[in-house]
Amino acid sequence: MGPVIVLDNISVRYRAPEAKIGTFKEYAIQALKRNMRFKEFNALNNVSLQVDEGEILGIVGRNGAGKSTLLKVIARVLIPTEGRVRLRGRVSPLLQLGAGFHPELTGMENIFLNGALLGRTRREIESRLEDIVEFADLEAFIHSPLRTYSSGMVARLGFSIATTWKPDILILDEILSVGDENFREKCSLRIESFQKEGAATLLVSHHSSSIETMCSRAIWLDHGTMKADGAVKDVVALYRQSERGRNKQQGKSL
Amino acid sequence: MTEIQPTQDTEFTYDSQQRKSPALEELLDVIKYRDLIFQLVRRDIVTRYKRSILGIAWTMLQPLGMMLIMAIVFSTLFQRVEGYVAYLLSGLVAWTFFAQTTNAAIFQTVWGGSLIRRIHIPMTTFSISSIGTGVINLALSLIPLLIIALIVGRPITWAILFLPVSFLLITAFALGVSLILSTMAVYFPDIKEMYQIIIQAWMYLTPIIYPADILPETYRFWILHLNPMYYMISMFRAPIYYGMLPSPDILIPGTLISLATLLAGWIYFANKADEFGYKI
Repeated sequence: MGPVIVLDNISVRYRAPEAKIGTFKEYAIQALKRNMRFKEFNALNNVSLQVDEGEILGIVGRNGAGKSTLLKVIARVLIPTEGRVRLRGRVSPLLQLGAGFHPELTGMENIFLNGALLGRTRREIESRLEDIVEFADLEAFIHSPLRTYSSGMVARLGFSIATTWKPDILILDEILSVGDENFREKCSLRIESFQKEGAATLLVSHHSSSIETMCSRAIWLDHGTMKADGAVKDVVALYRQSERGRNKQQGKSL
Repeated sequence: MTEIQPTQDTEFTYDSQQRKSPALEELLDVIKYRDLIFQLVRRDIVTRYKRSILGIAWTMLQPLGMMLIMAIVFSTLFQRVEGYVAYLLSGLVAWTFFAQTTNAAIFQTVWGGSLIRRIHIPMTTFSISSIGTGVINLALSLIPLLIIALIVGRPITWAILFLPVSFLLITAFALGVSLILSTMAVYFPDIKEMYQIIIQAWMYLTPIIYPADILPETYRFWILHLNPMYYMISMFRAPIYYGMLPSPDILIPGTLISLATLLAGWIYFANKADEFGYKI
Protein backbone atom coordinates (compact mmCIF):
# COMPACT_ATOMS: atom_id res chain seq x y z
CA MET A 1 0.00 0.00 0.00
CA GLY A 2 2.87 2.33 -0.45
CA PRO A 3 6.16 3.14 1.15
CA VAL A 4 6.46 3.87 4.86
CA ILE A 5 10.14 4.76 4.80
CA VAL A 6 11.90 6.72 2.11
CA LEU A 7 15.55 7.61 2.52
CA ASP A 8 16.92 9.89 -0.14
CA ASN A 9 20.72 10.11 -0.35
CA ILE A 10 21.26 10.11 3.35
CA SER A 11 24.67 10.98 4.70
CA VAL A 12 25.58 11.10 8.35
CA ARG A 13 28.82 12.84 9.02
CA TYR A 14 30.37 13.07 12.46
CA ARG A 15 32.72 15.94 13.07
CA ALA A 16 35.01 15.73 16.05
CA PRO A 17 37.92 17.92 17.06
CA GLU A 18 41.28 16.35 16.47
CA ALA A 19 42.57 17.19 19.88
CA LYS A 20 40.80 15.29 22.59
CA ILE A 21 38.38 17.77 24.11
CA GLY A 22 36.47 16.29 26.99
CA THR A 23 35.71 19.25 29.16
CA PHE A 24 34.59 22.81 28.75
CA LYS A 25 37.90 24.10 30.07
CA GLU A 26 39.76 22.20 27.35
CA TYR A 27 37.35 23.53 24.78
CA ALA A 28 37.83 27.09 25.92
CA ILE A 29 41.59 26.76 25.76
CA GLN A 30 41.56 25.28 22.28
CA ALA A 31 39.04 27.79 21.02
CA LEU A 32 41.10 30.67 22.32
CA LYS A 33 44.23 29.29 20.76
CA ARG A 34 42.28 29.14 17.51
CA ASN A 35 43.91 25.93 16.49
CA MET A 36 41.02 23.52 16.46
CA ARG A 37 41.17 21.11 13.63
CA PHE A 38 38.41 18.69 13.00
CA LYS A 39 38.35 15.22 11.64
CA GLU A 40 35.30 13.93 9.90
CA PHE A 41 33.87 10.49 9.90
CA ASN A 42 31.22 9.37 7.46
CA ALA A 43 28.96 6.94 9.22
CA LEU A 44 26.58 6.83 6.27
CA ASN A 45 27.32 7.79 2.69
CA ASN A 46 24.59 8.55 0.20
CA VAL A 47 22.27 5.81 1.29
CA SER A 48 18.94 5.58 -0.44
CA LEU A 49 16.31 3.17 0.65
CA GLN A 50 12.63 2.59 0.36
CA VAL A 51 10.61 0.27 2.56
CA ASP A 52 7.00 -0.59 1.94
CA GLU A 53 4.24 -1.39 4.33
CA GLY A 54 4.41 -4.95 5.54
CA GLU A 55 7.91 -5.56 4.29
CA ILE A 56 10.45 -7.37 6.42
CA LEU A 57 13.86 -6.00 5.59
CA GLY A 58 17.12 -7.45 6.81
CA ILE A 59 20.22 -5.34 7.31
CA VAL A 60 23.62 -7.02 7.28
CA GLY A 61 27.09 -5.62 7.65
CA ARG A 62 30.12 -5.71 9.84
CA ASN A 63 30.40 -3.86 13.11
CA GLY A 64 30.80 -0.20 12.41
CA ALA A 65 29.30 -0.49 8.95
CA GLY A 66 26.56 1.96 9.78
CA LYS A 67 23.65 -0.31 10.67
CA SER A 68 22.91 1.36 13.99
CA THR A 69 23.34 4.77 12.43
CA LEU A 70 20.81 3.89 9.76
CA LEU A 71 18.34 2.75 12.40
CA LYS A 72 18.92 5.92 14.38
CA VAL A 73 18.10 8.03 11.35
CA ILE A 74 14.88 6.12 10.87
CA ALA A 75 14.01 6.34 14.56
CA ARG A 76 14.45 10.12 14.40
CA VAL A 77 17.24 9.96 16.94
CA LEU A 78 19.69 11.33 14.40
CA ILE A 79 19.04 14.03 11.83
CA PRO A 80 21.02 13.30 8.68
CA THR A 81 23.79 15.67 7.73
CA GLU A 82 22.57 15.47 4.15
CA GLY A 83 19.63 14.00 2.40
CA ARG A 84 16.00 13.56 3.10
CA VAL A 85 14.08 11.19 5.33
CA ARG A 86 10.39 10.65 5.01
CA LEU A 87 8.41 8.44 7.33
CA ARG A 88 4.81 7.50 7.53
CA GLY A 89 3.60 6.34 10.90
CA ARG A 90 5.22 5.57 14.19
CA VAL A 91 8.58 3.97 14.68
CA SER A 92 8.87 1.54 17.55
CA PRO A 93 12.37 0.52 18.47
CA LEU A 94 11.11 -2.46 20.44
CA LEU A 95 13.35 -1.82 23.33
CA GLN A 96 12.93 -2.12 27.02
CA LEU A 97 13.16 1.44 28.15
CA GLY A 98 14.14 0.20 31.58
CA ALA A 99 16.33 3.22 31.90
CA GLY A 100 13.21 5.33 32.22
CA PHE A 101 11.78 3.38 35.14
CA HIS A 102 11.92 4.77 38.64
CA PRO A 103 12.31 2.22 41.44
CA GLU A 104 10.23 4.15 43.98
CA LEU A 105 7.18 4.35 41.76
CA THR A 106 4.73 1.47 41.48
CA GLY A 107 4.49 -0.66 38.37
CA MET A 108 1.33 1.19 37.43
CA GLU A 109 2.94 4.61 37.85
CA ASN A 110 5.90 3.46 35.83
CA ILE A 111 3.63 2.37 33.02
CA PHE A 112 2.39 5.92 32.70
CA LEU A 113 5.89 7.37 32.92
CA ASN A 114 7.30 4.94 30.41
CA GLY A 115 4.40 5.34 28.03
CA ALA A 116 4.86 9.08 28.15
CA LEU A 117 8.55 8.70 27.34
CA LEU A 118 7.51 6.65 24.34
CA GLY A 119 5.37 9.57 23.24
CA ARG A 120 1.96 8.23 24.23
CA THR A 121 -0.79 10.37 25.65
CA ARG A 122 -2.44 9.56 28.94
CA ARG A 123 -5.57 8.41 27.19
CA GLU A 124 -3.65 6.06 24.93
CA ILE A 125 -1.97 4.54 27.94
CA GLU A 126 -5.19 4.16 29.87
CA SER A 127 -6.76 2.29 27.00
CA ARG A 128 -3.94 -0.26 26.95
CA LEU A 129 -3.46 -0.57 30.70
CA GLU A 130 -5.20 -3.89 31.08
CA ASP A 131 -3.37 -5.45 28.18
CA ILE A 132 0.00 -4.25 29.43
CA VAL A 133 -0.45 -5.68 32.90
CA GLU A 134 -1.88 -8.94 31.59
CA PHE A 135 0.76 -9.51 28.95
CA ALA A 136 3.51 -9.00 31.52
CA ASP A 137 1.67 -11.24 33.95
CA LEU A 138 2.00 -8.74 36.77
CA GLU A 139 -1.56 -8.29 38.02
CA ALA A 140 -0.60 -9.18 41.56
CA PHE A 141 2.33 -6.79 41.74
CA ILE A 142 1.29 -3.82 39.69
CA HIS A 143 0.70 -1.60 42.70
CA SER A 144 3.96 -2.44 44.39
CA PRO A 145 7.02 -0.24 43.95
CA LEU A 146 9.32 -1.31 41.17
CA ARG A 147 12.20 -1.84 43.54
CA THR A 148 10.39 -4.94 44.79
CA TYR A 149 10.38 -6.48 41.32
CA SER A 150 12.85 -9.05 40.11
CA SER A 151 14.91 -8.13 37.06
CA GLY A 152 12.80 -10.49 35.01
CA MET A 153 9.62 -8.75 36.08
CA VAL A 154 11.06 -5.37 35.23
CA ALA A 155 12.09 -6.60 31.83
CA ARG A 156 8.67 -8.11 31.17
CA LEU A 157 6.98 -4.89 32.11
CA GLY A 158 9.29 -2.90 29.87
CA PHE A 159 8.71 -5.16 26.92
CA SER A 160 5.01 -5.27 27.53
CA ILE A 161 4.75 -1.48 27.46
CA ALA A 162 6.96 -1.18 24.42
CA THR A 163 5.00 -3.72 22.41
CA THR A 164 1.46 -2.93 23.37
CA TRP A 165 0.86 -0.48 20.56
CA LYS A 166 1.12 -1.71 17.06
CA PRO A 167 3.92 0.16 15.38
CA ASP A 168 3.92 1.12 11.76
CA ILE A 169 7.66 0.61 11.59
CA LEU A 170 9.26 -1.97 13.82
CA ILE A 171 12.97 -2.07 14.51
CA LEU A 172 14.45 -5.28 15.83
CA ASP A 173 18.07 -5.17 16.74
CA GLU A 174 18.18 -7.12 19.92
CA ILE A 175 17.73 -10.76 20.44
CA LEU A 176 14.72 -11.29 22.56
CA SER A 177 16.30 -12.63 25.71
CA VAL A 178 14.02 -11.64 28.49
CA GLY A 179 11.74 -13.76 30.50
CA ASP A 180 11.12 -17.46 30.31
CA GLU A 181 10.19 -19.53 27.28
CA ASN A 182 6.53 -18.78 27.70
CA PHE A 183 7.10 -15.03 27.69
CA ARG A 184 9.45 -15.17 24.77
CA GLU A 185 6.87 -17.15 22.87
CA LYS A 186 4.25 -14.52 23.62
CA CYS A 187 6.59 -11.81 22.35
CA SER A 188 7.38 -13.64 19.12
CA LEU A 189 3.69 -14.16 18.48
CA ARG A 190 3.04 -10.52 19.12
CA ILE A 191 5.74 -9.42 16.70
CA GLU A 192 4.39 -11.81 14.12
CA SER A 193 0.91 -10.39 14.50
CA PHE A 194 2.24 -6.87 13.95
CA GLN A 195 3.87 -8.02 10.78
CA LYS A 196 0.66 -9.65 9.62
CA GLU A 197 -1.16 -6.40 10.32
CA GLY A 198 1.19 -4.61 7.97
CA ALA A 199 4.00 -3.22 10.10
CA ALA A 200 7.22 -2.76 8.21
CA THR A 201 10.06 -4.47 10.03
CA LEU A 202 13.76 -3.73 9.98
CA LEU A 203 15.82 -6.59 11.30
CA VAL A 204 19.46 -6.16 12.14
CA SER A 205 21.45 -9.17 13.03
CA HIS A 206 24.99 -10.44 12.98
CA HIS A 207 23.67 -13.86 12.29
CA SER A 208 22.91 -13.77 8.59
CA SER A 209 21.07 -17.03 9.08
CA SER A 210 18.28 -15.40 11.08
CA ILE A 211 18.05 -12.73 8.41
CA GLU A 212 17.62 -15.40 5.79
CA THR A 213 14.83 -17.14 7.65
CA MET A 214 12.85 -14.06 8.54
CA CYS A 215 13.33 -11.66 5.63
CA SER A 216 12.50 -11.68 1.98
CA ARG A 217 14.67 -8.66 1.20
CA ALA A 218 17.95 -7.45 2.60
CA ILE A 219 20.51 -4.70 2.29
CA TRP A 220 24.23 -4.85 2.93
CA LEU A 221 26.03 -1.91 4.48
CA ASP A 222 29.79 -1.59 4.38
CA HIS A 223 31.68 1.43 5.71
CA GLY A 224 28.55 3.50 5.51
CA THR A 225 27.69 2.68 1.93
CA MET A 226 24.95 0.46 0.63
CA LYS A 227 26.68 -2.32 -1.19
CA ALA A 228 23.64 -4.38 -2.07
CA ASP A 229 19.87 -4.25 -1.96
CA GLY A 230 17.76 -7.12 -3.12
CA ALA A 231 16.57 -10.63 -2.49
CA VAL A 232 17.82 -11.86 0.84
CA LYS A 233 19.64 -14.90 -0.52
CA ASP A 234 21.65 -12.86 -3.01
CA VAL A 235 22.57 -10.09 -0.61
CA VAL A 236 23.57 -12.46 2.16
CA ALA A 237 25.66 -14.45 -0.31
CA LEU A 238 27.51 -11.30 -1.37
CA TYR A 239 28.07 -10.34 2.23
CA ARG A 240 29.37 -13.75 3.17
CA GLN A 241 31.63 -13.80 0.18
CA SER A 242 33.19 -10.51 1.10
CA GLU A 243 33.67 -11.67 4.68
CA ARG A 244 35.37 -14.82 3.50
CA GLY A 245 37.61 -12.75 1.28
CA ARG A 246 38.61 -10.58 4.21
CA ASN A 247 39.32 -13.50 6.44
CA LYS A 248 41.42 -15.15 3.77
CA GLN A 249 43.44 -11.96 3.36
CA GLN A 250 43.98 -11.66 7.04
CA GLY A 251 44.85 -15.31 7.26
CA LYS A 252 47.49 -14.87 4.56
CA SER A 253 49.20 -11.99 6.27
CA LEU A 254 49.62 -13.87 9.52
CA MET B 1 11.27 10.05 -6.40
CA THR B 2 8.34 8.20 -4.96
CA GLU B 3 5.97 10.34 -2.99
CA ILE B 4 4.56 9.21 0.29
CA GLN B 5 0.83 9.63 0.39
CA PRO B 6 -0.87 10.17 3.71
CA THR B 7 -3.77 7.80 4.13
CA GLN B 8 -6.85 8.04 6.24
CA ASP B 9 -5.64 5.88 9.06
CA THR B 10 -2.01 6.89 9.34
CA GLU B 11 -0.88 10.45 9.11
CA PHE B 12 2.25 11.39 7.36
CA THR B 13 4.61 12.10 10.18
CA TYR B 14 8.08 13.12 9.28
CA ASP B 15 9.89 14.79 6.45
CA SER B 16 13.35 15.91 7.41
CA GLN B 17 13.37 18.57 4.74
CA GLN B 18 10.08 20.16 5.55
CA ARG B 19 11.25 21.50 8.81
CA LYS B 20 10.21 24.84 10.09
CA SER B 21 12.54 26.72 12.36
CA PRO B 22 13.99 24.35 14.97
CA ALA B 23 12.74 26.59 17.77
CA LEU B 24 9.17 26.44 16.55
CA GLU B 25 9.37 22.75 15.83
CA GLU B 26 10.69 22.05 19.30
CA LEU B 27 7.83 24.04 20.78
CA LEU B 28 5.23 22.05 18.85
CA ASP B 29 6.96 18.82 19.76
CA VAL B 30 6.99 19.71 23.44
CA ILE B 31 3.30 20.50 23.35
CA LYS B 32 2.72 17.04 21.90
CA TYR B 33 4.75 15.59 24.73
CA ARG B 34 3.02 17.57 27.48
CA ASP B 35 1.88 14.39 29.17
CA LEU B 36 5.53 13.48 29.58
CA ILE B 37 6.26 16.77 31.31
CA PHE B 38 3.40 16.05 33.69
CA GLN B 39 4.69 12.53 34.35
CA LEU B 40 8.23 13.72 35.04
CA VAL B 41 7.05 16.39 37.47
CA ARG B 42 4.75 13.89 39.13
CA ARG B 43 7.63 11.46 39.44
CA ASP B 44 9.80 14.10 41.12
CA ILE B 45 7.16 15.18 43.59
CA VAL B 46 5.81 11.73 44.42
CA THR B 47 9.17 10.04 44.88
CA ARG B 48 10.38 12.79 47.10
CA TYR B 49 7.65 12.19 49.62
CA LYS B 50 6.79 8.54 49.25
CA ARG B 51 9.16 7.33 51.88
CA SER B 52 8.92 10.21 54.29
CA ILE B 53 6.73 10.13 57.34
CA LEU B 54 5.59 13.70 57.17
CA GLY B 55 4.84 13.54 53.47
CA ILE B 56 3.77 16.73 51.78
CA ALA B 57 4.20 18.69 54.98
CA TRP B 58 7.91 18.03 54.61
CA THR B 59 7.99 20.00 51.37
CA MET B 60 7.10 23.07 53.28
CA LEU B 61 9.05 22.41 56.44
CA GLN B 62 12.41 21.17 55.26
CA PRO B 63 13.64 24.10 53.15
CA LEU B 64 12.26 26.52 55.68
CA GLY B 65 14.09 24.74 58.46
CA MET B 66 17.44 25.49 56.84
CA MET B 67 16.50 29.05 56.16
CA LEU B 68 15.32 29.67 59.69
CA ILE B 69 18.68 28.57 61.00
CA MET B 70 20.28 31.08 58.69
CA ALA B 71 17.85 33.72 59.85
CA ILE B 72 18.69 33.14 63.48
CA VAL B 73 22.42 33.30 62.78
CA PHE B 74 22.30 36.44 60.69
CA SER B 75 19.57 38.37 62.42
CA THR B 76 21.91 39.58 65.14
CA LEU B 77 24.28 40.86 62.45
CA PHE B 78 21.53 42.65 60.64
CA GLN B 79 19.47 43.74 63.58
CA ARG B 80 18.65 47.00 61.97
CA VAL B 81 16.70 45.32 59.21
CA GLU B 82 13.15 45.19 60.43
CA GLY B 83 11.64 41.73 60.33
CA TYR B 84 14.92 40.35 59.02
CA VAL B 85 13.52 36.84 58.89
CA ALA B 86 11.01 37.87 56.28
CA TYR B 87 13.62 39.84 54.36
CA LEU B 88 15.95 36.88 54.23
CA LEU B 89 13.34 34.28 53.53
CA SER B 90 11.60 36.13 50.74
CA GLY B 91 14.91 36.37 48.92
CA LEU B 92 16.11 32.91 49.81
CA VAL B 93 12.95 31.13 48.72
CA ALA B 94 13.18 32.69 45.26
CA TRP B 95 16.91 32.05 45.08
CA THR B 96 16.54 28.41 46.07
CA PHE B 97 13.98 28.00 43.31
CA PHE B 98 16.42 29.38 40.76
CA ALA B 99 19.45 27.44 41.97
CA GLN B 100 17.67 24.13 42.36
CA THR B 101 15.77 24.21 39.10
CA THR B 102 18.79 25.17 37.02
CA ASN B 103 20.83 22.42 38.64
CA ALA B 104 18.07 19.87 38.22
CA ALA B 105 17.63 20.86 34.59
CA ILE B 106 21.26 20.10 33.84
CA PHE B 107 21.06 16.79 35.61
CA GLN B 108 17.76 15.79 34.01
CA THR B 109 18.82 16.78 30.52
CA VAL B 110 21.95 14.67 30.78
CA TRP B 111 19.79 11.80 32.02
CA GLY B 112 17.44 12.32 29.13
CA GLY B 113 20.43 12.26 26.84
CA SER B 114 20.94 8.62 27.64
CA LEU B 115 17.36 7.86 26.63
CA ILE B 116 17.40 9.65 23.31
CA ARG B 117 20.06 7.30 22.06
CA ARG B 118 17.25 4.92 21.24
CA ILE B 119 14.08 6.93 20.76
CA HIS B 120 13.08 10.41 19.90
CA ILE B 121 12.18 12.69 22.80
CA PRO B 122 12.13 16.50 22.64
CA MET B 123 15.01 17.41 24.91
CA THR B 124 13.57 20.65 26.25
CA THR B 125 11.11 18.44 28.12
CA PHE B 126 13.65 17.77 30.84
CA SER B 127 14.40 21.41 31.55
CA ILE B 128 10.71 22.24 31.52
CA SER B 129 9.85 19.46 33.94
CA SER B 130 12.63 20.56 36.31
CA ILE B 131 11.18 24.04 36.29
CA GLY B 132 7.72 22.61 36.79
CA THR B 133 8.80 20.67 39.88
CA GLY B 134 10.47 23.80 41.19
CA VAL B 135 7.34 25.88 40.71
CA ILE B 136 5.31 23.46 42.77
CA ASN B 137 7.89 23.46 45.56
CA LEU B 138 8.04 27.23 45.41
CA ALA B 139 4.29 27.59 45.61
CA LEU B 140 4.16 25.28 48.61
CA SER B 141 6.91 27.16 50.44
CA LEU B 142 5.03 30.41 49.98
CA ILE B 143 2.45 29.42 52.56
CA PRO B 144 4.77 29.25 55.57
CA LEU B 145 6.67 32.22 54.16
CA LEU B 146 3.61 34.43 54.21
CA ILE B 147 2.74 33.23 57.68
CA ILE B 148 6.20 34.16 58.93
CA ALA B 149 5.97 37.54 57.23
CA LEU B 150 2.73 38.20 59.04
CA ILE B 151 4.20 37.08 62.35
CA VAL B 152 7.12 39.52 62.14
CA GLY B 153 4.73 42.27 61.22
CA ARG B 154 5.45 42.84 57.55
CA PRO B 155 2.68 44.55 55.63
CA ILE B 156 0.71 42.07 53.57
CA THR B 157 -1.31 44.18 51.18
CA TRP B 158 -3.14 43.68 47.93
CA ALA B 159 0.31 43.85 46.34
CA ILE B 160 0.46 40.15 47.10
CA LEU B 161 -1.64 39.63 44.02
CA PHE B 162 1.42 40.57 42.00
CA LEU B 163 3.17 37.37 43.09
CA PRO B 164 1.96 35.26 40.16
CA VAL B 165 3.67 37.73 37.85
CA SER B 166 6.90 37.50 39.85
CA PHE B 167 6.55 33.76 39.62
CA LEU B 168 6.12 33.83 35.92
CA LEU B 169 9.08 36.08 35.32
CA ILE B 170 11.50 34.18 37.51
CA THR B 171 10.28 30.94 35.96
CA ALA B 172 10.93 32.26 32.47
CA PHE B 173 14.37 33.44 33.46
CA ALA B 174 15.22 30.13 35.15
CA LEU B 175 14.03 28.19 32.12
CA GLY B 176 16.13 30.28 29.78
CA VAL B 177 19.23 29.81 31.91
CA SER B 178 18.48 26.10 32.29
CA LEU B 179 18.27 25.63 28.54
CA ILE B 180 21.55 27.40 27.90
CA LEU B 181 23.36 25.48 30.63
CA SER B 182 21.94 22.10 29.76
CA THR B 183 22.89 22.53 26.11
CA MET B 184 26.46 23.07 27.18
CA ALA B 185 26.25 20.24 29.70
CA VAL B 186 25.40 17.77 26.94
CA TYR B 187 28.78 18.51 25.38
CA PHE B 188 30.89 19.16 28.45
CA PRO B 189 30.54 17.17 31.66
CA ASP B 190 32.42 19.74 33.72
CA ILE B 191 29.74 22.39 33.21
CA LYS B 192 27.79 20.99 36.12
CA GLU B 193 30.69 21.41 38.55
CA MET B 194 31.62 24.81 37.24
CA TYR B 195 28.06 25.91 37.68
CA GLN B 196 28.07 24.90 41.36
CA ILE B 197 30.85 27.39 41.97
CA ILE B 198 29.26 30.08 39.85
CA ILE B 199 25.91 29.78 41.57
CA GLN B 200 27.52 30.11 45.00
CA ALA B 201 29.39 33.24 44.02
CA TRP B 202 26.28 34.57 42.34
CA MET B 203 24.29 34.19 45.50
CA TYR B 204 26.74 36.28 47.46
CA LEU B 205 26.66 38.95 44.81
CA THR B 206 22.88 39.22 45.16
CA PRO B 207 21.41 41.00 48.19
CA ILE B 208 19.71 38.00 49.70
CA ILE B 209 21.36 37.59 53.08
CA TYR B 210 22.40 41.21 53.39
CA PRO B 211 20.55 44.46 52.80
CA ALA B 212 21.68 46.18 49.60
CA ASP B 213 22.93 49.25 51.43
CA ILE B 214 25.97 47.50 52.90
CA LEU B 215 27.50 47.39 49.45
CA PRO B 216 30.06 50.20 48.94
CA GLU B 217 28.39 53.13 47.24
CA THR B 218 30.78 53.37 44.32
CA TYR B 219 30.07 49.84 43.14
CA ARG B 220 26.59 49.40 44.43
CA PHE B 221 24.67 50.49 41.34
CA TRP B 222 26.60 48.24 38.99
CA ILE B 223 26.71 45.20 41.21
CA LEU B 224 22.99 45.34 41.57
CA HIS B 225 21.86 46.43 38.15
CA LEU B 226 24.10 44.14 36.14
CA ASN B 227 22.79 41.17 38.08
CA PRO B 228 19.65 39.69 36.52
CA MET B 229 18.79 37.91 39.75
CA TYR B 230 18.67 41.25 41.54
CA TYR B 231 15.57 42.08 39.55
CA MET B 232 14.01 38.68 40.03
CA ILE B 233 14.56 38.70 43.78
CA SER B 234 13.33 42.26 44.10
CA MET B 235 10.11 41.41 42.28
CA PHE B 236 9.59 38.71 44.85
CA ARG B 237 10.48 40.74 47.86
CA ALA B 238 8.43 43.77 46.99
CA PRO B 239 4.98 42.24 47.59
CA ILE B 240 6.01 39.94 50.46
CA TYR B 241 8.42 42.05 52.51
CA TYR B 242 7.61 45.60 51.51
CA GLY B 243 3.95 45.11 50.75
CA MET B 244 4.34 47.07 47.54
CA LEU B 245 4.42 46.50 43.84
CA PRO B 246 7.93 46.49 42.36
CA SER B 247 8.91 49.88 41.00
CA PRO B 248 9.14 50.36 37.22
CA ASP B 249 12.91 50.59 37.30
CA ILE B 250 12.86 47.00 38.58
CA LEU B 251 9.85 45.73 36.74
CA ILE B 252 10.73 46.85 33.24
CA PRO B 253 14.32 45.62 33.04
CA GLY B 254 13.26 42.50 34.95
CA THR B 255 10.57 41.65 32.44
CA LEU B 256 12.83 42.31 29.48
CA ILE B 257 15.68 40.25 30.90
CA SER B 258 13.41 37.40 31.79
CA LEU B 259 11.71 37.15 28.41
CA ALA B 260 14.89 37.76 26.43
CA THR B 261 16.71 35.02 28.34
CA LEU B 262 13.90 32.58 27.74
CA LEU B 263 13.80 33.34 24.04
CA ALA B 264 17.57 33.20 23.64
CA GLY B 265 17.80 29.98 25.64
CA TRP B 266 15.03 28.30 23.71
CA ILE B 267 16.40 29.21 20.31
CA TYR B 268 19.93 28.23 21.27
CA PHE B 269 18.84 24.90 22.69
CA ALA B 270 16.50 24.02 19.84
CA ASN B 271 19.15 24.74 17.25
CA LYS B 272 21.79 22.74 19.06
CA ALA B 273 19.45 19.85 19.76
CA ASP B 274 19.83 18.58 16.20
CA GLU B 275 23.37 17.67 17.06
CA PHE B 276 22.66 15.90 20.31
CA GLY B 277 22.16 12.60 18.57
CA TYR B 278 25.69 12.91 17.24
CA LYS B 279 27.17 13.71 20.57
CA ILE B 280 25.65 11.08 22.74
